[in-house]
Amino acid sequence: MSGDACIVATGAGVTEPPCDACLRRSWLIARLAGHIEVAWSARRGRAGLLTLPDDELVAALGGAHRDVIAREHERFRPADLRRRCTADGIAALCRCDPRYPTGVAELADPPAVLYVRGNIARFEQALTADRVAIVGARRATEYGLAQARGLGRGLAAAGLAVVSGMALGADAAAHGGALAVDGLTLAVLACGPDRAYPASKRRLYERICARGAVVAELPPGTPPRRWCFPARNRIIAALAQAIVVVEAGERSGSLITAGQAAELGREVAAVPGLVTAPLAAGTNALIADGAQLVRGPQDVLELLFGAAALALLPDAEEQRTADLAPDLRRLRERVAAGCDTVAALAGPDGKLDVVLAQLAQLELRGLVRRGAGGRYTVTT
Amino acid sequence: MLARVVTFTIDGVDPRPVWVEVDIRPGLPAFRIVGLADAAVREARERVHAAILNSGFEFPARRITANLAPAHLRKVGPGFDAALAVGLLAASGQCPAEALERWAIFGELSLTGALRSCRGALAAAEGARRSGIAGLVVPRELAGEAALVEDVVVAGVDDLRGVAALLDGGEAPPPSAPAAVRSDEIIDELDLADVRGHELPLLALEIAAAGGHNILLEGPPGSGKTMLARRLPGLLPPLSRQEALEVTRIHSVAGIVHRGGFAATRPFRAPHHTVSPAGLVGGGRPPVPGEASLAHHGILFLDELSEFARPSLEALRQPIEDGEIVIVRDQQALRFPTRFMLVGATNPCPCGYAGSDRPCRCGELELARHHRRLSGPLLDRIDLLVTVARPTAAALAAPPRTSTAAMRERVLAARERQDVRLAGTAVHTNAQLDARLLRTHVRMSGAVQRALAHAYDHGDLSARGHDRVLRVARTIADLAGRDAITLDDALQSLALRTRMHHGSDETVAA
Repeated sequence: MSGDACIVATGAGVTEPPCDACLRRSWLIARLAGHIEVAWSARRGRAGLLTLPDDELVAALGGAHRDVIAREHERFRPADLRRRCTADGIAALCRCDPRYPTGVAELADPPAVLYVRGNIARFEQALTADRVAIVGARRATEYGLAQARGLGRGLAAAGLAVVSGMALGADAAAHGGALAVDGLTLAVLACGPDRAYPASKRRLYERICARGAVVAELPPGTPPRRWCFPARNRIIAALAQAIVVVEAGERSGSLITAGQAAELGREVAAVPGLVTAPLAAGTNALIADGAQLVRGPQDVLELLFGAAALALLPDAEEQRTADLAPDLRRLRERVAAGCDTVAALAGPDGKLDVVLAQLAQLELRGLVRRGAGGRYTVTT
Repeated sequence: MLARVVTFTIDGVDPRPVWVEVDIRPGLPAFRIVGLADAAVREARERVHAAILNSGFEFPARRITANLAPAHLRKVGPGFDAALAVGLLAASGQCPAEALERWAIFGELSLTGALRSCRGALAAAEGARRSGIAGLVVPRELAGEAALVEDVVVAGVDDLRGVAALLDGGEAPPPSAPAAVRSDEIIDELDLADVRGHELPLLALEIAAAGGHNILLEGPPGSGKTMLARRLPGLLPPLSRQEALEVTRIHSVAGIVHRGGFAATRPFRAPHHTVSPAGLVGGGRPPVPGEASLAHHGILFLDELSEFARPSLEALRQPIEDGEIVIVRDQQALRFPTRFMLVGATNPCPCGYAGSDRPCRCGELELARHHRRLSGPLLDRIDLLVTVARPTAAALAAPPRTSTAAMRERVLAARERQDVRLAGTAVHTNAQLDARLLRTHVRMSGAVQRALAHAYDHGDLSARGHDRVLRVARTIADLAGRDAITLDDALQSLALRTRMHHGSDETVAA
């Protein structure tokens, strides 16, 4: 195992973390990314591939190039990679580093190096805090987005770190919710830490870098491949104490993450959906299999802390609406109850102008937002 | 012998006087036209020849040279035919030359000798007035249009013989009376009383009409976006005489002939989304006005806004901002006025059903692409956004909530307040207020300022969006007859502001 090599290396006092052996291992995974992709697509020995030691990995995957790769592997200069990380403001935590997250070390195939970009102080704060992963469908519905955002916001406000994958849809919404209350959030990427993937989330990437951190297994500059996403998911599962699946189809990647989390002994929870909704098939199945049902941040906190949860979230909802005028509060309750368009809220003979002004007030205070088709949703 | 006739060429939408000089002298029979003439003008030779003979005149078998002066000006179109023929008749002594100092002549000739209508008669009449010429001869169909210009005697004649008789001191056909713009014609047959449900869109349309605001209607297919947009012209104040002149002049250049000769109603232009940038803002060779100019003083309706090609929408930015478009061709700059109200309609998402009763099947990527096409510079210039939902069955059965006449009355009152407030400035409506005018003409309470500052600080509002909200709030206050903007006005305006629901992690501030 390369893990042994690492201990030998530090034991010999050769290098400080990130040590040469770990960086070399990390380089090798990136070098073999294409080969792993081929093996992965062919469904050949998918499991345990990343647990192989360096030389066996090269032998197993290198094919005709194995000698070339073995030579490159020997000649690889860790100092170059270290320099690159320093230049790009990326912290490299290797398995021998005491700061390496203990949760991730529990994996059967832990990444040799975790590359961290962003606010390092916030990253370390997140590692000492409790962490919840929120994952879900890329093509999430308005409902799923609202739930992910609400969970991200609520849990981050309670002092927890929100871990997700910065993917489109639910993931991004969860990060967005956490950022909205300036909470802790970690994005685990499937590519190098210096790349914003997907590209349309560049702004989110930058916000996360400023107020949280992005974490990646692959060295800077590596583009994502398909196998990288399930590999990334195992890190999300390992980093968090609990995982909440927001919306997932029947064969969703989020279910893989949930499975990995369950294997690691993490709490698995899911937000229920309509039994007829395709994107609720996966989450409802999880609940049927015994996952905790999540109706809001409170349920997640109770799952993690039991009765102590009450102290953490002193009814944030109560607080946010405490000083609302009674008519505004009533209006918001009606929006929450599904009466969500201006016309419906005003009723057949209602005063549209009054309702418009009231909705604008709620929107200004961040208590409702206008979604697609002019439908309002309450924010949680 | 030499004769000289005044006529006009159209440069963009502006008339330029052209002197047609015809010289006849002994020599081999020939007929030549010189002076930067385009193909249609050169072909005039054949038409003039046949028309003169078919009208019973004699075509002199001598050496004929026609010169179109000034020589540097590019002459376009068939409007010179009649002037050339009359010049030839005068030069050959078949009609009196001295009368040509009082009459300018404009029109195309048929081979039979009949005068045919051609584009730009109104502009020609304006040219006659500017050049100080007392009368203008035009084809009879165009007399009504040309007579919109005061101080010019317009004679509508049928054929070349008629022109000769007129110049001979014969009885001029009764000069067409200057047409009056009649406001009772304005009312479109499309009435808001046909609308059921749509309470919120009606409110937004009223605000848009009152302040001249650009508006975006968003809603699933078949929900009534187009139906609502078509009823907007009926809400607007009637065209003033000056506006009617401007509209008719542009339309006349584009070859659109109105009943009664002039534009009585505000134009409503709805180009298809495949329109090219040149088709939308004008262009071509020679340059002709585009849809944006044809919608001058009226409404430019862009259905399926997100389907328009990016370059077309980009091309609209400057005309919206400046109220005119400048097209440079052949070393000349042409100005076409483009002061229109923009009404856009769009589906909320590519499948069309986001936020409606039917499930939307678009992924976030598709939604993001859809919004990216809409957003940006054009959306920045749209003040109001309203969702048009499918009316419920109950609403369909209910009696109408309003009528065009009732709403128009409120709109006119609000416009009057704007006229009073903005008297002495270059603008007429709240939508045209720039940052400077906003500061001087819009009074608001401290509560309004605080609410807007709050929205601005929280990223819900951009600087541009802040001004847009103020403009719309000003209109809402005008509709209510208030001098100062109240907090409720500003809040309503905020609720109707243009912004795009944009994916999972953020809402784009607008």
